[in-house]
Amino acid sequence: MKSDMAAAPGTVSGAAAGAPRKRPDGRTGVSRPGVGWALPAALFFGLFAIVPLVLVAVLSLTRWGGLGAPEFAGFDNWVTLFHDPVMIKSLWLSVLLTGLGVLVQTPLSILLGVWAAGPQRNRAVLSAVFFVPLLLSATAVSVLWRALLDPNFGVPAQARWLFGDGNLLGDRTGAIGVLVLVSAWQFTPLHALIYQGATRAIPEVLYQAAAIDGAGTVRQFFHITLPQLRNSIITSVILMVVGGLTTFDTVLILTQGGPGTDTTISAYYMYTKAFKSFDFGAGAAIALLLVVVATVISLVVVRVSGYDKMAGTKDGLS
Amino acid sequence: MSRTHHTGRTRRSTRPIGRRTPNYLAGVGVLLWLCLVALPLYVMLGASVQSRAEYGKGGPLSFPGSFTFSNYAQDFSNGFGRYFLNTVVVTASVVGIVLLLVPPLAFAIVRNRGRATSSVFRLFLLGLAIPAQAVIVPMFYVISKAGLYDNLIGVILPTAAFALPVCTLILTGTMRDITDELFEAMAIDGASTRRVFFQLVVPLSKSGIATVVVFSALQAWNGFLFPLVLTQSEETKVLTLGLYNFQTQYGIDIPGLLAAVVLSTLPVLLVYLFARRALVQGLMGVGGK
Repeated sequence: MKSDMAAAPGTVSGAAAGAPRKRPDGRTGVSRPGVGWALPAALFFGLFAIVPLVLVAVLSLTRWGGLGAPEFAGFDNWVTLFHDPVMIKSLWLSVLLTGLGVLVQTPLSILLGVWAAGPQRNRAVLSAVFFVPLLLSATAVSVLWRALLDPNFGVPAQARWLFGDGNLLGDRTGAIGVLVLVSAWQFTPLHALIYQGATRAIPEVLYQAAAIDGAGTVRQFFHITLPQLRNSIITSVILMVVGGLTTFDTVLILTQGGPGTDTTISAYYMYTKAFKSFDFGAGAAIALLLVVVATVISLVVVRVSGYDKMAGTKDGLS
Repeated sequence: MSRTHHTGRTRRSTRPIGRRTPNYLAGVGVLLWLCLVALPLYVMLGASVQSRAEYGKGGPLSFPGSFTFSNYAQDFSNGFGRYFLNTVVVTASVVGIVLLLVPPLAFAIVRNRGRATSSVFRLFLLGLAIPAQAVIVPMFYVISKAGLYDNLIGVILPTAAFALPVCTLILTGTMRDITDELFEAMAIDGASTRRVFFQLVVPLSKSGIATVVVFSALQAWNGFLFPLVLTQSEETKVLTLGLYNFQTQYGIDIPGLLAAVVLSTLPVLLVYLFARRALVQGLMGVGGK
């Protein structure tokens, strides 16, 4: 084996000529897998992801109650949606919750990630604990927090001086605050992990040079770490935007869109339209709208930040 | 990781520059975050081993005076055993499908540089951007037309499909690291494509495959949306759906509810204890990296 490998570079053409399975295009005689190897996965994915994505556009032009065949309805669903005050409000709420999520989670996860990137042993141990919320399903997290915040049996009942009547989910501000808090509790570790990896990839030399110039920890953070994390910030913000706009389980379990429709964000409104009011056409239209909005926002983030023009540094979506 | 390697090689005296004094501010911040993370977890574990009466008296923050596993036992008799089994079936099947489909796909993407394969790859990259929420309405349509509504297979297929893009991305990354020389050596031996795949590519992609397994298992285990809209009866309920139902029906039985949360999370926590590295990498897969 060893001598084969040593001889390989010089004798490639000769060996290829003698190889039984020489492929017509392969100069080196290395047998390459045909498209057939990719076919099963491509078909499966096409059937269960791409076809539904196309169907969502088609269904948004139909009237369908879940049974029988959908009827073509033109742009009725779309016209209705744009005149639906709950829909307009839900879009605004989606953007508000997503924006608050980005504002709360980004600084937290950068600080945690940079901290966790340090070589100290206690940091590794604590990071392992910080990570646990990410292991729980969004369902489990929401159920847990709902139990914690229960006005009669939860923490608020123990601390009336702080929470008043304790019904945090009973008013608009409280409900939105709880949703932001629970998302941050669950997803900050993920983003911290992204920043941790990126921070460790920053060359140590930069810090040594800065230290020689007399820069302290704080200045090093703002002048070296933060600029070097730029690509990761963009990646993480895009993930937060897409995740935020499609948040669903948390709302379903914690607030059911209430009080009233004060936390009915678009993804949840889509679910109620389709699976509670059995207006699947309207549900499909909202779904398509969400995909478009998420894509547009992601593209805007990429453009505004100049991410697409950057010569690829190590991190980022590659 | 890479930092410790670098510093190991440079002279010791240059290492701790700028980090010599402990960062007290960071310490305080981290302690606060630790409280926020640990408190709910403490309440979860503590309440799950208390009787309802004791919990009602002491509240969520009290330390359990007497341990009881009656909440767990009661959850099991209330159907959680069944839900647990269903989740295991869904998870195992999703991992199976992913293992069957992704390695050959990634092999083709990395080694066949034809136009057809690269458009397949682009299709999967596009798939990264499709959130499952966007397709639940048409998925409901497709699955009910296929007669798979309220059937675990109807949950397994879309869950597996939506795990594919990230898994493909992870595994192509691993397979790209296999050097050309190794492929050439196999060619000199006259190895068929199939042999190259099973004797070279698969063994050398073990770490990537492990990550893919953990990622897809986690997606399946924690999946909520597809089971929610594609099943309805007790026989097809998975854990997450069981939790949701429990919460809407008996939300005031907090110890029972929290025991159910612990039950649903226990296997993941065990994996975390014993295979943290693979799990963390699998979770990073969630970030599309």
